[in-house]
Amino acid sequence: MGEKILMKGNEAIGEAAIRAGCRFYFGYPITPQSELTAYMAKKLLKMEDAAFVQAESEIAAINMVYGAAATGVRTMTSSSSPGISLKQEGISYIACAELPCVIVNMQRGGPGLGSIQPGQADYFQATKGGGHGDYHLIVLAPSSVQELVDLTMNAFDLADKYTNPVMILGDGLIGQMMEAVEFKERKKISLPDKERWALTGCKGREKNYIVPFNLDPYEMEKTNFKIQKKYNELKEKEVRYETINLDNADLIVVAYGTVARIIKTVIDNAKKEGINIGLIRPITLFPFPDKIIAETSEKINKFLVVEMSLGQMVEDVKLAVNGRVEVNFYGRVGGVIPTQSEILNEIKKYLK
Amino acid sequence: MLERIIISGFGGQGVMLMGRLLAYAGMIEGKKVAWMPSYGPEMRGGTANCTVLISSNEIGSPIVSHPKILIAMNQPSLDKFEPNVSENGLIVLNDSLIEREVKRNDVKVIRIPADDIANKLGNSRVANMVVLGAYVKKSGVVKLETIFKVLEKTLTGPKQKLIDINKEALKLGAEIVKE
Repeated sequence: MGEKILMKGNEAIGEAAIRAGCRFYFGYPITPQSELTAYMAKKLLKMEDAAFVQAESEIAAINMVYGAAATGVRTMTSSSSPGISLKQEGISYIACAELPCVIVNMQRGGPGLGSIQPGQADYFQATKGGGHGDYHLIVLAPSSVQELVDLTMNAFDLADKYTNPVMILGDGLIGQMMEAVEFKERKKISLPDKERWALTGCKGREKNYIVPFNLDPYEMEKTNFKIQKKYNELKEKEVRYETINLDNADLIVVAYGTVARIIKTVIDNAKKEGINIGLIRPITLFPFPDKIIAETSEKINKFLVVEMSLGQMVEDVKLAVNGRVEVNFYGRVGGVIPTQSEILNEIKKYLK
Repeated sequence: MLERIIISGFGGQGVMLMGRLLAYAGMIEGKKVAWMPSYGPEMRGGTANCTVLISSNEIGSPIVSHPKILIAMNQPSLDKFEPNVSENGLIVLNDSLIEREVKRNDVKVIRIPADDIANKLGNSRVANMVVLGAYVKKSGVVKLETIFKVLEKTLTGPKQKLIDINKEALKLGAEIVKE
């Protein structure tokens, strides 16, 4: 058991990454995640067999991650919304080449350069591919600083296990916030050997090739099918979510990350007024927890999705509910965080 | 128990540090804590504020629109946050830099001549600790001794020599609210 320390979200990701064995970080500063880049600089530059590069651009940084990942090391980059957009080409290449890495997006208000306050409007980009082609990232959505730590560590394992890029999808609030964290002793898990694909020098073994293309369409289609198989496996095995108060709820809220925290306070306040609210909080946004949402919609007929977007995750909730019940939506954007009282008012509209 | 605190002042008055010390002390005393800075395109001399939550239960929303406690280190901070303080709340203000009266009559007010006391101690920069000492003593949200402990943990290396004057400032602040 480690000691509890007070840590800022962004710095906690950095510490968790290093403890998970990440020694290669490439990034370019952007508010509200710059403390992570600064933390990696401070720590990695002092370590042996480690590298920190403040790249000339986000595009350079993701391609450095691509190169490092090809050698089988644990590597990471981080940015915030506009910077993540710049990385999309590289991310698509990495997904095609089936390499493990971790990408952190501490979202801010968009679109465009947007604002620097928290947002959740990159959900589509994160969960539906983001770049070109049929691929997905494994997307993890923490809602506390402790969960940032735990999920960052899990992210590296998941990336290695599925040889697929993993995205930590947070927002400016959770990045800037300080909470108590504990770096727990991690259970050793067995992960597939990287020798079968990593570029580690081929003396005495068959050559490994890492290429993000195949000019023979039938071969390229096979690559697609192979990658798709992993996504199906992810949907079977890696779905994670938290539920609160699902039995006898008058209405179910589906929310992730920062918004889910606000909902927890709404639940407490609503209880005082005799209103029973349930929460489904997806922790993995891809693979999406559609089964629990589908099951719940067979018992409870009122759903409200709350996001710091104008309606993105709500589409996945609707797919899961599949028309059984009505799914409503409430969102604030541009860096505005919805307040507990406005959410409760919204909920009351549907309980009349 | 849930303390919702907003601490606000000029950039450079050490309001972020006040919040961090409080949160750290709360954590050491076994409570759930969260600290949120205001972040934005602030300029030097502009206002800065942070939110601190100290609770016996898990903290849900870290957003505080109606603080129970406002610590205002300067006039613009009082102007900005006074209307939001919840009924029967507490405003601790820096009397050295705030001339006007508090308009609300449904909140408690403590005025601390923080800069004057800090100047007497020979370092105007510990005005924040004077106010923190007063608030901690008045509210009992954490023990003053725990704040001392946190100072010892936080001020290390060349900053170690500042521990004593900070403790002194905290004590003087605490004494004001004793009577």
